[in-house]
Amino acid sequence: MKKPLALAISAAALAFTSAALADDPKEGGVVNTIIQPEPPGLVLGMVQNAPTRTVSGNIYEGLLRYSTDLEPMPQLAESWEVSDDGRTYTFHLREGVTWHDGEAFTADDVVFSADVFHRELNPSARAVLQHVESIEATDDHTVVFTLKQPFGPFLISFEAGTFTMVPEHLYAGTDFRNNEHNDHPIGTGPFKFSNWERGTVIELVKNEEYYEEGLPYLDGVNWHIIPDGASRAVAFENETIDVLPSGTVENFDIPRLAEMDNVCMTEEGHEYFSPFAMLWMNNREGPTADKRFRQAVMYAMDREFAKDVLWNGLGNVPLSAFGSNARFQNDDLEPYDYNPDRARELLDEMGYDGEEITILPLPYGETWTRWAEAVQQNLREVGINVETQATDVGGWNQRLGDWDYDLAFTYLYQYGDPALGISRTYLSDNIAKGSPWNNVEGYENERVDELFNEAATAFPDEEREALYSEVQEILHEDVPVGWLMELGFPTLYRCDVQNLVTSGVGVNDGFKDAWLDR
Amino acid sequence: MSFFARFAQNRGALVGLIILLLIIAMAILAPLLFPESPWRMVQRPFLPPLSQDGFPLGTDTMGRNVASGLMHGAWVSLLIGLVSTSVALLIGVPLGAIAGYYGGIIDDVLMRFTEFFQTIPNFALAIVLVAIMQPSITSIVLAIAIVSWPPVARLVRAEFMSLRNREYVEAARLVGQSNTTIILRQILPNTLSPIIVLASLMVATAILLESALSFLGLGDPNVMSWGYMIGAARTVIRQAWWLSFFPGVAILLTVLALNLVGEGLDDALNPKLSRER
Repeated sequence: MKKPLALAISAAALAFTSAALADDPKEGGVVNTIIQPEPPGLVLGMVQNAPTRTVSGNIYEGLLRYSTDLEPMPQLAESWEVSDDGRTYTFHLREGVTWHDGEAFTADDVVFSADVFHRELNPSARAVLQHVESIEATDDHTVVFTLKQPFGPFLISFEAGTFTMVPEHLYAGTDFRNNEHNDHPIGTGPFKFSNWERGTVIELVKNEEYYEEGLPYLDGVNWHIIPDGASRAVAFENETIDVLPSGTVENFDIPRLAEMDNVCMTEEGHEYFSPFAMLWMNNREGPTADKRFRQAVMYAMDREFAKDVLWNGLGNVPLSAFGSNARFQNDDLEPYDYNPDRARELLDEMGYDGEEITILPLPYGETWTRWAEAVQQNLREVGINVETQATDVGGWNQRLGDWDYDLAFTYLYQYGDPALGISRTYLSDNIAKGSPWNNVEGYENERVDELFNEAATAFPDEEREALYSEVQEILHEDVPVGWLMELGFPTLYRCDVQNLVTSGVGVNDGFKDAWLDR
Repeated sequence: MSFFARFAQNRGALVGLIILLLIIAMAILAPLLFPESPWRMVQRPFLPPLSQDGFPLGTDTMGRNVASGLMHGAWVSLLIGLVSTSVALLIGVPLGAIAGYYGGIIDDVLMRFTEFFQTIPNFALAIVLVAIMQPSITSIVLAIAIVSWPPVARLVRAEFMSLRNREYVEAARLVGQSNTTIILRQILPNTLSPIIVLASLMVATAILLESALSFLGLGDPNVMSWGYMIGAARTVIRQAWWLSFFPGVAILLTVLALNLVGEGLDDALNPKLSRER
């Protein structure tokens, strides 16, 4: 990507934002929303939990933001360019940005955040930084990242939750974890930390000095902490709460809440994470070691039914290993449509003798239990002898870590790029006992390893696309795991909260543009 | 007066018996009337009762036939009730008999052991046991049996203590019958009536326990039981009342019927007591 193109994209992103704002926003008002569960701390980079990302994404900022199509948009960097060999990234920082305590934000803060703070504290940023050779501030408002070799997902790694900018003047040379400012986070974002009453509420107030003209519109955002799911739903029903971020109420409550007057729902705003539900299939032993059996499972499952009935029609049934929100999806693959006859044929062909296999549901609540029941019934109808084994979270982690299962439910984040969120499930050097999050199924294919590794460092994107297309064809044929659904995690809000979700991380950085039409 | 005539004198018991027979018939007829698995998703989800032919009680959250689930669930509930009660009797009767017959230190040891179980709340212990053993029909039956045998042991012990010094027992001892023979052939038959009455009530308790466990998600995930149906319907109780209502009524009727039958048995087996009442 050369400079003119980058500028064109940032200009387009700006145009998009201003078009959305054309509705003459009103200033003022405080939005009440929910944070669930209560975060362990609010300093991004030091704490990686989802609730921290949600609250602190409005206090801190990254160099870039991402649209719902995962295109980079300017944030602290107003423009950027990439060298022809894909190894040098130059970011031009916005001028006149100050931290919440009044100090100026400069290129030194970027170098400190990336090279010192995140390298020490933040494993997900470290995974990206291992490709970085050097980070230099060439002047107060220019930072140059030099990579060891091209790294495809580099430009998508700057989201605030993963790669937040922290103030050098408060943290440099201190013991980061015991720094006195951890209790009062200082960022550059549109909202300032005001107060945290443990177990009750986290209050953010408007940053009057915010560098973007006119933003934010809101006077503040209150994140209420209500530990019980039913009580959260009631708080929304009786209008104490204006916004329910995704995952804060039980799935089965969503249709009821969404049907209320003056309630709007959006599925947008989770593209960056795009949780992908999968069915682990043990590739090592038993019937599931046979490719034809795994294909039969894919044909036997009525995934559209699960989507409509269990997930209220939200989400997306994927073609294969790459979800619709991941880049480089190969659309030419033939979908595994619901086809019990084809499944029976495949089982006959492999000579399946009715050996009993087990299925482990994900112990995350009712929806997952129902889902396991549906899949079990689907499989029984094509003649697979399957028994469900109920476990708790500890038992589930342990059995997957020990590879002691035949079929098991899970879901994983995709993080916008195959090299960040997808290849980890299929690479053979990612097979290691003890973790339920790596290549648990035990799939080994040299060609797949080769393609994934090559694609991660290939440049430019056209080359990556070709490599990823081939890998998808192989995976689609081999079915190392079952691809169930890209989950839709909707955000519910009062319709008079305008312009709430404007990015691929939703409310995590969404209150910046939001305003109240009251 | 014949046994049945005495039983039938208690009108409630007769009603209970009829309900119980109906439920047993449901359990037996389930595979004939609904040959398909009750887990099968056969229609649109959330069909209200009587809105479509073949679905008199409607469909559940996933389009499964509620009537089919109810019939198959009857079989599961009765099976678990009967088997776990039998197991509880198998543990409780011998322990109680030995303690009551021999007395002394044996009695002390066995009763302290029994009290150990009695001090832990039944349901809490059952939850722990099922959670440890992983939910399945076997583990649920075992857990229910383990929490419900102590009252049996105490009852049998009390009966044995009052009977062991009767003249017919001393006569048996005098002719040289062994202790085992005396326990099994002389005393035990005379303690049967209170055991039968207690057992009928224990079946009811076992059904309630199983339902409560399933409601909490600790049922056998491969078996459609009434408790499971209510547990799964709990989340949609505001949208679909019928999903929890019918299995709830089924549990209520079964437990009520068993209690009524138990009372009738008590009357029939202890005619003197019932006349005095």
